[in-house]
Amino acid sequence: MANVLVFAETRGGELRKVALEAVTAARKLAELSGGGSVHAVLAGAAGVSGKAGALAEHGADSVLVLEDAGFTQYNPEALAATLAQKLGGGTYAYALFSATAQGRDLSPRVAAKLGTGLIADATGFVLDGSTIVAQHPINNGKVIATLASGAAPSIISVRPAAFQPTVDAKPLVTESITSATDPGASRVKVTELRTGGSGKLDLGDAPVIVAGGRGLKAPENFKLCDDLADAFGNAAVGATRAVTDEGWRPHSDQIGQTGRNVSPNLYIAVGISGAIQHLAGMRTARTIVAINKDKDAPIFKIADYGIVGDVFEVMPALTAAVKAAKAQG
Amino acid sequence: MKIAVCIKRVPVMEVKFVIAADGSRVEDAGLKYDVNDFDLWAVEAALQLKEKAGAGEVTVISLGPDAAQEQIRKTLAMGADRGVLLKSDAPTHDGLAVARALAAELKDGGYDLILFGRISIDTMNQMTGPMVAELLDLPCVTNVFKLEIGGGKGTAERALDGAIEVVEFPTPALLTIDDGLNKERLPSLKGIMAAKKKPLDVKPAQLGAVNVAVRKYELPPERAAGRILGDSAAAVPELVRLLQTEAKVL
Repeated sequence: MANVLVFAETRGGELRKVALEAVTAARKLAELSGGGSVHAVLAGAAGVSGKAGALAEHGADSVLVLEDAGFTQYNPEALAATLAQKLGGGTYAYALFSATAQGRDLSPRVAAKLGTGLIADATGFVLDGSTIVAQHPINNGKVIATLASGAAPSIISVRPAAFQPTVDAKPLVTESITSATDPGASRVKVTELRTGGSGKLDLGDAPVIVAGGRGLKAPENFKLCDDLADAFGNAAVGATRAVTDEGWRPHSDQIGQTGRNVSPNLYIAVGISGAIQHLAGMRTARTIVAINKDKDAPIFKIADYGIVGDVFEVMPALTAAVKAAKAQG
Repeated sequence: MKIAVCIKRVPVMEVKFVIAADGSRVEDAGLKYDVNDFDLWAVEAALQLKEKAGAGEVTVISLGPDAAQEQIRKTLAMGADRGVLLKSDAPTHDGLAVARALAAELKDGGYDLILFGRISIDTMNQMTGPMVAELLDLPCVTNVFKLEIGGGKGTAERALDGAIEVVEFPTPALLTIDDGLNKERLPSLKGIMAAKKKPLDVKPAQLGAVNVAVRKYELPPERAAGRILGDSAAAVPELVRLLQTEAKVL
């Protein structure tokens, strides 16, 4: 029976979906150990405690709330010090983070402070006694390594979308905690956070991704992807590196080895040939659809469904059909 | 400006990896190696900062086998001034062990900046940089894709998944470099010749205790072969039907 400390990630004062995934994964870890407690750390400016309910609903026995103006923006130095202090006390056998940009920035700092093991970006885990044994994709996702860490506490970060948020409601218990260091004294200061702002879904959160490649021929033709995404209503639009390098789409939309790694339920590749670097970022999607005029394009080797055809003809038809299907159901 | 860049020798990924029958290792036969992409962008960033400052030194440090001298030489050919190989024949997946060995080498170097690539595409650990920063008590900014340094401080933009953070930090600092900051230069012939004469120290890596061990390697499950539904918009109704009834995603 071992307790798990889980870091609940926020952005702009709102809980991210990955926070609920992390709590779900932490609950699983606690149950594997024979039924320990899950304590979630929630940090932010005044009012962030209002977000604690969703964490309890997904299995947190207690929410440790760090409410301080110094945590309005991501404050890794003070967070790492605070988490290391909590984890150093002997209460927790495991700490769990989301393997997001933030989690992969924060968890190594905590592991180094504690001199303990960190398994990053796990897609699944079990316990072997008290040793955590986890799967982690390596070599661009072409090999899976099974890693073991028996250190106490052991730290693990879990890949976004590898664990689906699961309701396992606990009574809401919150505890106010304070920062281990003066958050205002942190040397690195976030002066601005820019989010998409358009209200559109982030690639990491969207159940459906429509991604465009060079086959779209010109930046204005991304409207075909935007239209299909709108027809789905729960979709985000991504792009290949070739496209973001051309400046057709913002760099943050890039999916692949050097960009985002995504695992949506449905991935629609439009005019994408399927270079290995692109496949590295999306091959874990549940269902893959490819539309490309080149029948030999590598994307067809991993696509569940393919249409070898002209994207300019197929896309408007698909958008209309999806709209019709959504209208029916 | 004195800058250290930590780089890694990684396999070229355009191959089909072969796992030993007992799962104990990824077979080395047939693999080619290069400098990790992100590390090349870190080297390029260092060279540009040195050029802009008009003076300085760029030291490239790598932990790896003897053969990693080849990758260090490549960065010397790009224009880095000297190299250090922390020799370790037994590859470890433990990021903290690697970070400790690198930190021991970096500690007394007097560097204004220490740069890493955001992630190495072999272990995909993405942890060594921030761990080294912690061990050396340096300000740390990860995922940097825009950077300005001057007057003992810097500003950077870092790529979060789907958002951008603008940060300010004092130097010395440790940064990890993301895609988008620059494109690395190709070594010139003159650079390649000059690199042969540049200093490259080889010393044993002090890895210390290892907490994370590899139990086995395996290939991910193959995706089942897909179906081509047609060659025109006429295939769209069938696609929509399959998305609804088979894949159940619509």
